[in-house]
Amino acid sequence: MKRGRIAYQGAVHQVTQATDRRVRLADGRLLNESEVDWLPPVVPGTIFALGLNYADHARELAFKPPEVPLVFLKGPNTPIGHRAQTRRPADATYMHYECELAVVIGKTGYRVAKADALDLVAGYTVANDYAIRDYLENYYRPNLRVKNRDGCTPIGPWLVDRDDVPNPMALALTTRVNDVVTQQGTTADMIFDVATLIEYLSSFMTLNPGDIILTGTPEGLADVKAGDVVESEIEGICSLQSTIVDDRRFFANSEKREARAA
Amino acid sequence: MITQNVGGTVYGVILNDTVSLQKIGALDAPPYHGAPKAPALYIKPANTRVTSGASVTLPRGASTLEVGATLGLVIGRAAARLDAANALDAVCGVVLAADLSLPHASYYRPAIREKCFDGSLPIGEVLPLPDLSALVLTTEIDGKIVDQRSLAELIRKPAQLLADVSEFMTLAAGDVLLVGVRYQAPQAGKGSRVRISAAGIGSLEFSIAAEKDAANTGVKP
Repeated sequence: MKRGRIAYQGAVHQVTQATDRRVRLADGRLLNESEVDWLPPVVPGTIFALGLNYADHARELAFKPPEVPLVFLKGPNTPIGHRAQTRRPADATYMHYECELAVVIGKTGYRVAKADALDLVAGYTVANDYAIRDYLENYYRPNLRVKNRDGCTPIGPWLVDRDDVPNPMALALTTRVNDVVTQQGTTADMIFDVATLIEYLSSFMTLNPGDIILTGTPEGLADVKAGDVVESEIEGICSLQSTIVDDRRFFANSEKREARAA
Repeated sequence: MITQNVGGTVYGVILNDTVSLQKIGALDAPPYHGAPKAPALYIKPANTRVTSGASVTLPRGASTLEVGATLGLVIGRAAARLDAANALDAVCGVVLAADLSLPHASYYRPAIREKCFDGSLPIGEVLPLPDLSALVLTTEIDGKIVDQRSLAELIRKPAQLLADVSEFMTLAAGDVLLVGVRYQAPQAGKGSRVRISAAGIGSLEFSIAAEKDAANTGVKP
């Protein structure tokens, strides 16, 4: 089953996938997927993200693959839904997408053995973990100014039940920018696989329903500019679309001063 | 403004006081390649929060915890792109907090294992916003004062910190922004009782217990 969350006519709805690019509300109404506002498929709890979890991407950034998972956290200000906009600040010179398999936790677990780890999973979705490299600093890197910006983590549209994904470790990942393929990889190339990540995180902290683990991205990063339409797709999960906008458009109707350069 | 409980996300900042900057030493060399420009932030997720009076369990293999006494600004309304001049208008109160960490000398990589274990953020009740300019936080371990720090030593004062953080992330009502912890704060070990207080506003207490047995582990139904 594929489940999503939308806003429609003043209410939030849980929806399922129907045919012909339509979504099904619980009361039976069918809506075109383009006429609803997509929300992240779950209300996120703690959001974990992985850095350098694909060897080719680590090489691309000139880093040695990590020996323990390189984990960072994100706040609830970052996730946004399918078909939304992400802002590229005026002073950014390098902003890139990252297509990632997102694991949604469905049960509570602490010190979960690797063999039991997938029992904790509710399902999988797709995330695009945008980064603005201009803001990288070497304190708790990648720092929040790079990775925890408002609306910089599109996620969704569908949460696919765990049991409908027989092998999460063999899924093709693809990013297309304006319909041109720019990133291709497979979850088979993860350094720390989903079960290992759950075992690792739950070894020191309790994981709870709604927590989300973004599992990292393979090589193939590229700068994205205002107006670009970025599609992040994972085989058997879903395809997530996001559009880049500049400050002028994003703050077109803002009462506040121009965004500060610093 | 509606009185707000701590129910959102807790953010903290490192290297925001003159004493810590002095202690960590030269930052020009690798891995830092320069002092921080933007606030160097971290997140304490929901599993870390416990109330005053809690018993905090030492993580497996740890013998001591760093006790980072700090003060949290409790956000009272959605806050984004604030100006320092009126940033504190978005604050509805403060909390005393003990940001507990496994000792880690390097700030290069995110310290999730070190800072996000269950119970690693004892946090007090929401108190009215006091004058923060020279508030002194006192840390006592087993009745002995081990640290006193004045918020006068902060590099980014609370209003400026809020302005710089809300430049790129919206804070929601119930979120908390901790104003800074000491680099290599005092350590407390198994059986210690810890008290953090600020004269005139209140105190926070907790104890540190040995690692739990394995009864509470695994996947919960």
